[in-house]
Amino acid sequence: MAPTKRKPVLLDFEKPLSELETRIDQIRELAENSDVDVSGQIEQLESRASQLRQEIFSGLSPAQRIQVARHPRRPSTLDYIQTMSDEWIELHGDRGGSDDLALVGGIARMGGRSMVMLGHQKGRDTKDNVARNFGMASPGGYRKAMRLMEHANRFGMPIVTFIDTPGAYAGVKAEEQGQGEAIAYNLREMFSLEVPILCTVIGEGGSGGALGIGVGDRLMMFEHSVYTVASPEACAAILWKDAGKAGKAAEALKITATDLTQLGILDQTLPEPLGGAHRAPLQAAETLKQALLDNIETLSQLAPAELREHRYQKFRKIGKFVEAS
Amino acid sequence: MSLLDWFANRRKAEPTNQAQPERDISDGLWTKCDACGVMTYTKDLRANQMVCLECGHHMRVFSEERIEQLMDADTWIPLNEQVSPIDPLEFRDRKAYSDRIRDTQAKTGLTDSIQTGIGQIDGEPAAVAVMDFRFMGGSMGSVVGEKLTRLIEKATAERLPVLVFCASGGARMQEGMLSLMQMAKISGALERHRDAKLLYIPVLTHPTTGGVTASFAMLGDLIVAEPKAMIAFAGRRVIEQTLREKLPDDFQTAEYLVQHGFVDLIVPRTQMKATLAQLIRLHQLPSAKVSASTGAASLNGAGATRDTASSSAS
Ligand SMILES: [Zn+2]
Repeated sequence: MAPTKRKPVLLDFEKPLSELETRIDQIRELAENSDVDVSGQIEQLESRASQLRQEIFSGLSPAQRIQVARHPRRPSTLDYIQTMSDEWIELHGDRGGSDDLALVGGIARMGGRSMVMLGHQKGRDTKDNVARNFGMASPGGYRKAMRLMEHANRFGMPIVTFIDTPGAYAGVKAEEQGQGEAIAYNLREMFSLEVPILCTVIGEGGSGGALGIGVGDRLMMFEHSVYTVASPEACAAILWKDAGKAGKAAEALKITATDLTQLGILDQTLPEPLGGAHRAPLQAAETLKQALLDNIETLSQLAPAELREHRYQKFRKIGKFVEAS
Repeated sequence: MSLLDWFANRRKAEPTNQAQPERDISDGLWTKCDACGVMTYTKDLRANQMVCLECGHHMRVFSEERIEQLMDADTWIPLNEQVSPIDPLEFRDRKAYSDRIRDTQAKTGLTDSIQTGIGQIDGEPAAVAVMDFRFMGGSMGSVVGEKLTRLIEKATAERLPVLVFCASGGARMQEGMLSLMQMAKISGALERHRDAKLLYIPVLTHPTTGGVTASFAMLGDLIVAEPKAMIAFAGRRVIEQTLREKLPDDFQTAEYLVQHGFVDLIVPRTQMKATLAQLIRLHQLPSAKVSASTGAASLNGAGATRDTASSSAS
């Protein structure tokens, strides 16, 4: 994972915290140039900072969580894959004329086991983000993902997917190449696969573009990740006729791990390091790795037909309605 | 609400249904075509299935009308009519979702944006779903997901083809992620139907967009569309905003999708019933034909109860 030498990117609600941290740095610097012992004072301030961080991050609003989920330094699919796996070979192409850089995949070895890993890939900087289309996959991306999943199925490898996209790409070319068809095909075919499928929302899960690699036996989410039916911005523009109401929409749409657990959609929430996964990426990767290995272990006990039946029933029961008799 | 109350409400609401503002010119006797502007005697227009006699423009039809156009008389057996939406997120935008449901139900006489059932098309038994754009823009929430899934499961068990008339603005935002998950749930049911080697044909009508396009609308063994229907994953406006350029006029029309290989056939509404029946027949094995005609005979029996009729359709 990239060393965090770069200047930290601060979110607006982290401001009181950053002020405190700047003061700690200033005192440290002063102490270096004098004989005064400030260690006690620094210790006290640091404990206050940690307490403040705890307070801020335990009470994040859905809109603030989106900011954490979209944090430019948040670990990406390739960051996790490269950190967690002992071996990794990225593979390319949908065999239909394209190789989408916004959706990456390949074969990895993790915990002594071969598996196919794939996911949306956001850029690590502006230039990379342009190349990766900000993690918005094209039809070719979904077709590449399906091709790799079919490969996994043929060779009996578990499938691990990482969801991190604002949504599937909306553009002329995407429509022309059948964005709807590409996603739909994955939704159906993922039910037919006879190997364990584990899906994790590592950042933001945006609508059909997320679901297109999100039909699995287990759905996991990092604590500050979000998963939405439509972006709060679009939802606000349509339902409130006011894009400025995005915060309100984020609240109403129920997009956090806690909400989705209550709705019977999410199976497991992965705790993040204090202040978000980007503050301690290695720790986040370790949490994810353990959870993946545990789940693969459990799911591997199931016969292929059982696995398919469980997957079907998992989705079959999602939905809330009344039935008068 | 009991089923009887619901029927009573629906009957009460019926007069409003017939007075569609977009079609109604004062007394409703005459209807103006949205495309060519020509006024047609409404009775003649209805007889032509709301296809303009002058220019062939397909005006919007709603679920009851569609079922009437498609199904053989007295063969339609509606299913799961008692499945009704609730407000699981306590969602409120400019209006509370629970109020929106109640008001829309009262206005349209529908429980939600889809009707499902089993019946015959030119003597061919089929499981049919018809979406209704009047109900919150045909949006897909838990009820659409549940009713479609039950219909597909029943069709798989009884070895029936499935036809779904799509008309939808996409996932229903007021039910949040529950709506998105219906895309997967329905696709899962379609996977089992397909695995049983049964025929599925979605019919894309104006408009078919968003989450519906990214799931069951595009999963047909064959895909049929009505002329000029708008079929899209992302809306035209969204794309125009991102790209800041004008899009071609035929962008995202049924014809455009045929050109790009995503739709098999464009079928005018007046030929829809005959074409669908023909497609179903073309997929029957010689042995299956016998059981289908047996089913047809008993379904036509005047005294057939709901249970016996649906089991004889298997
Ligand atoms: Zn006309």
